[in-house]
Amino acid sequence: MEADVPSKQTMTEQLARHPAVKRVVFDATDLGPWDSSLLIFFFETSKLAAKKSIHVEKDGLPAGVRQLIDLATAVPKKEDARKSVSRAGFFARVGSDVTDFAKSTGDLVTFVGEAFDAFVRMITGRARFRASDLWLFLQEAGAQAVPIVSLISFLVGLILAFVGVLQLSMFGAEVYVADLVGIAMVREMGAIMTGIIMAGRTGAAYAAQLGTMQVNEEIDALETLAISPMEFLVLPRMVALAVMMPFLVLYANLMGILGGALVAVGMYDINILVYLNRTKAAIGLNDLFIGLFMGAVFGVLVALSGCLRGIQCGRSASAVGEAATSAVVTGIVAIIIATALITVLCSILGV
Amino acid sequence: MENKDPCISVVDLTMAYGDFVVMRNLNFTINHGDIFIIMGGSGCGKSTLLRHMIGLKPPARGEILYGDFNFWKAEPVKRQEMMRHVGVLYQSGALWSSLTLAENVALPLQQYTRLSKEKIREQVSLKLALVALSGFEDFYPSEISGGMRKRAGLARAMALDPEILFFDEPSAGLDPVSAKRLDDLILQLRDSLDATVVVVTHELASIFAIGSNSVFLDPESRTMIASGDPKKLLAEDHDPRIQTFLRRGETEED
Repeated sequence: MEADVPSKQTMTEQLARHPAVKRVVFDATDLGPWDSSLLIFFFETSKLAAKKSIHVEKDGLPAGVRQLIDLATAVPKKEDARKSVSRAGFFARVGSDVTDFAKSTGDLVTFVGEAFDAFVRMITGRARFRASDLWLFLQEAGAQAVPIVSLISFLVGLILAFVGVLQLSMFGAEVYVADLVGIAMVREMGAIMTGIIMAGRTGAAYAAQLGTMQVNEEIDALETLAISPMEFLVLPRMVALAVMMPFLVLYANLMGILGGALVAVGMYDINILVYLNRTKAAIGLNDLFIGLFMGAVFGVLVALSGCLRGIQCGRSASAVGEAATSAVVTGIVAIIIATALITVLCSILGV
Repeated sequence: MENKDPCISVVDLTMAYGDFVVMRNLNFTINHGDIFIIMGGSGCGKSTLLRHMIGLKPPARGEILYGDFNFWKAEPVKRQEMMRHVGVLYQSGALWSSLTLAENVALPLQQYTRLSKEKIREQVSLKLALVALSGFEDFYPSEISGGMRKRAGLARAMALDPEILFFDEPSAGLDPVSAKRLDDLILQLRDSLDATVVVVTHELASIFAIGSNSVFLDPESRTMIASGDPKKLLAEDHDPRIQTFLRRGETEED
């Protein structure tokens, strides 16, 4: 296909040089193997010739080429079939973006409402889902997440201590690094880091699971049987994350404090008992409960954003990928916004 | 739902995605005991029509009547009750991938009946035996072949002994022998269960082998252009579009 045929330019020039030409014929007696570029050359020639009303004869071409030419010209070009690339104006695009945004906000609110409804039905014992599913999700969102949560929160505690102790040592107050790490981990960082890990790990998995079920018509099959996907699919996932997140947060707090202790004991020779005593004195029960509460809230948010994107998924493989990506983004944004709200609320309430 | 003619009536139905009209002015009746074929070229809205009839997509205009029951005007609860008498076999089988075959067939029974575990297990074995899948109770959908998934989907569709069975492209992706076996199975089930069957397909062999009534959807004019027994359509209808379709593009030899 990279072999030489005369270019369109050459043809145009030659035709212009010989205005008397009335007929173009092909002589293919010496032609060896040929490919599609010969066909394209033929169509280019016919197009040029048609403009100058020159007659083109294809009789000289090999039989295979003639058949392909007939095949390509058998059905006339469908003018309206080509997709029109409509270029909407600036205001039109802004307008349609705004209406899309309003619609997706509406979908979100509906989804949250339905999830709440399903939750109420579960509490009153009317929701239908499989207990074995719930156990499976509890395990997936709990025990199986422990290694990654250990690693990340240990390192976060270590980093906090490292940055903090440098500043504190300027005042000779290295021992207060225990306060800094303890309060930061227990009140905020434990919950936030665990939430972000679970958004990337479990939220994406939920979106991919539900998205694949959507592609495979499994969700349709549930709906025709009047089994609510909200109860059957979303509810066990949401409950599993909301239950397991506080436990994971508690564990992350411990790992973070240990990470801090490693820096304090290893680099600044602070006695481990002194460190632990300071930690115990610094952290109030309030701090702990705020952290655990945030963990439960993040669990619900991550599960909801994963399930929402999964259920909204289109019917193709790339749509499943988009759903997983979008679930992680939605989950993390929701976590950060919720953190800001809860922190402000706590400072207003004075806890 | 009583067993009486007509079973399903579609009245002046218009289907649309947003502003885009897929099909308009559909009017046809499916009688009790029919094997009703919805046919037409690829992408003309056959499956969309099916989605309207099984309650997954509300019509833009028009009505679908099951006997005297106006399907889309009714309360959602009533509609769900109605769907208990309906079984659907989806194009890809649509088995729930996290459940075994036995659990797949059992779920509709658990949802709609108060049968004991033991009774449900018996029902499940029977339904799997009917589609020649005895012994595969504990397999997951990903562990069996495409043809077996179709049959397992059929077993699930039959779980509640439905009066109406819907099939979305039952023979798509099956080899000719398996497709023929599925056709035979559909005929046997219709006769023994006294059910009404609605099949979306464009497989000519199936259309002539099992169809007793049909509707032909034409994507160009966006409406139905013929209805009736497919064999009669082949013999008596002279619309070139229908003749081309039913003869695989070969022209009628006189």
